[in-house]
Amino acid sequence: MIDLLATHYNYLVYVALVGIGLYGVTASSNLVTKIIGLNVFQVGIFLFFVTSGYIQGGSPPVVHGHGAETFVSPLPHVLILTAIVVGVSLTAVALALVVRIYNAYGTLDEEAIREVQLND
Amino acid sequence: MTDAVALLVAVPILFALLPVTVGGVWDRAGWATAAVAALVHLGLSLSVAAKVFSSGSFTYAVGNYTPPFGIELVADGVSATLVVLTSVVTVAVVAYARTAGPHSNSFYSELLLLTAGISGVFVTGDVFNLYVFIEITGLATYALVATGDDPAAALASLKYLLVGTIGASLYLLGVGYLYIATGTLNMADLSTLLPEVGYGSPLVLTGFALLVVGLAVKAALFPLHTWQPGAYAESPDSVTAYISALVSTAAAYALFRIVYAVFTPAFDAAVPFALDALVVLASVSVVVGSVLAVLQSDLKRMLAYSSVAQFGLVIAGFAIANSTAVTGGLVHLVGHAVMKAGLFVGVGALASVAGGRTVDDLAGVADRAPLTSAAFAVLAFALVGVPPAIGFAGKWHIVLGAVEGGRWGVALVAVVSTLLTLAYFARVVERMYFRDAPAPAEEVAGDAASPDGGDDTLAADGGETSESAADETVDAEAEAAAGSVSPAARAIVVGAAVAAVVLGLFAVELIDVFEPVLEVYF
Repeated sequence: MIDLLATHYNYLVYVALVGIGLYGVTASSNLVTKIIGLNVFQVGIFLFFVTSGYIQGGSPPVVHGHGAETFVSPLPHVLILTAIVVGVSLTAVALALVVRIYNAYGTLDEEAIREVQLND
Repeated sequence: MTDAVALLVAVPILFALLPVTVGGVWDRAGWATAAVAALVHLGLSLSVAAKVFSSGSFTYAVGNYTPPFGIELVADGVSATLVVLTSVVTVAVVAYARTAGPHSNSFYSELLLLTAGISGVFVTGDVFNLYVFIEITGLATYALVATGDDPAAALASLKYLLVGTIGASLYLLGVGYLYIATGTLNMADLSTLLPEVGYGSPLVLTGFALLVVGLAVKAALFPLHTWQPGAYAESPDSVTAYISALVSTAAAYALFRIVYAVFTPAFDAAVPFALDALVVLASVSVVVGSVLAVLQSDLKRMLAYSSVAQFGLVIAGFAIANSTAVTGGLVHLVGHAVMKAGLFVGVGALASVAGGRTVDDLAGVADRAPLTSAAFAVLAFALVGVPPAIGFAGKWHIVLGAVEGGRWGVALVAVVSTLLTLAYFARVVERMYFRDAPAPAEEVAGDAASPDGGDDTLAADGGETSESAADETVDAEAEAAAGSVSPAARAIVVGAAVAAVVLGLFAVELIDVFEPVLEVYF
């Protein structure tokens, strides 16, 4: 167990982040908390990609490198840069929707919104 | 000429910038740009299709980086057909939105972004690139759903965003597992490298599960469908027509590519459990979707649940994994897009005449909008699967494939779902044709002289029980809503009905187009 913690802590953190994020999305009734949960969930996945592309002592594959023996593929990191951009855009859209929902209902609590809708 | 494949994605994105930049100066810039972009897109997709049909499928290396390292775009019979479908639906929806739709410039920007995203999903040959296009599609869809005036639209959109993003993220995670297992993202490359890793390897299996679950969320399979009814019901009619025709179709197509281009039938042979599970999920989806559709009174919700069922059927076809069933799935995918888009435009058009969009509101609407009602009825029966129409061709092949593969359960589910589809559409058509409109009293007397004398009692019953509540509002709106169906909407519904029948008559040709693609896999 200790061994696992010492060597694979990054994978454990990935699992923890994905779990916490999903919990945040499903368990909370506050819409902003849900969005934060979504972000945590995505960060967990980003961490998974980044950690999979990391090699201890590896160096970037540039032509005039440092004469290192092990090289690291930059592809996972580049992919995650794209995914981070997508994540930021999603958060922006989600927050814009939250602003509109708040203006219309005066609350961000899902249960309260449902009550408002039923009263209409 | 082959550049047309890349331009299919690039042109709508570039045009999408125009409405927001010029919009401040010229009010109608949005519609004009979207119309031009849609026509250019149609030209490009037809040129891609012409090349595929004349000289077979081809690939395109984006930026001249050779495929395993660069991004590859693939045009074959299936993607060319779906890209042409995208263009035709875009042209139709832009024409419809001119009178019906949201008129803001940003709406047209979002519509064009969605066109770009969906075209990208159809032509890409790279799993990560597919993720990016799925997210472009998703972002544009969330924004489009929220264009409705009602704040409920924003809430439905946010719900869709939360569920859709988790789906797409699971897909991304699956891509990660496959990349760790093989070190490549190219679909063709993955299909050769995966057997070397071993189909039984936990990495590959986890990757498969994550990819399938992620795409199942996007395609709205039960129990991951919860976002769909809200998103379809709350968004404006033109948006519903567009996303119902293409967004889930794109996800189902992506699933088809993942299962056959990446994992290939050899995976099914090695790990039969994986696709068996998908068959079960899809079958449950068919039954639950149909039953929920029968229970709905709001027409748009009913059609949304009907989509859950139809996509279940399509994915069941894909998961049966023999050539006949997969062909059936693809035919039904194309047919469903045409029929659902027509049906949603039809609901919008008929609602403008009837003054409401519940099943009971449509009572007697056939007298006031005969052509649109007839086309709507044709589309409804086409989706049920009445023979000459495309709905029959798709379902027939799925059932045939199920029997061939010895999966009697799926064949049974398909038949049951057909009956349930008939149940919820018959209800609507009965109201449209055999009930009198809840109009002022003197008109009822005149209408009652219609040939079907036996329906008088039925109409009277309905008028007293279920329609009594609706009467007050409908009476008030009867004058205002007496406005006719807009010519564009009528043309689209009739066009969709004709297309559904014509496609059905030429289903054999459509299957011939898909055949070379499937031959590679089977």
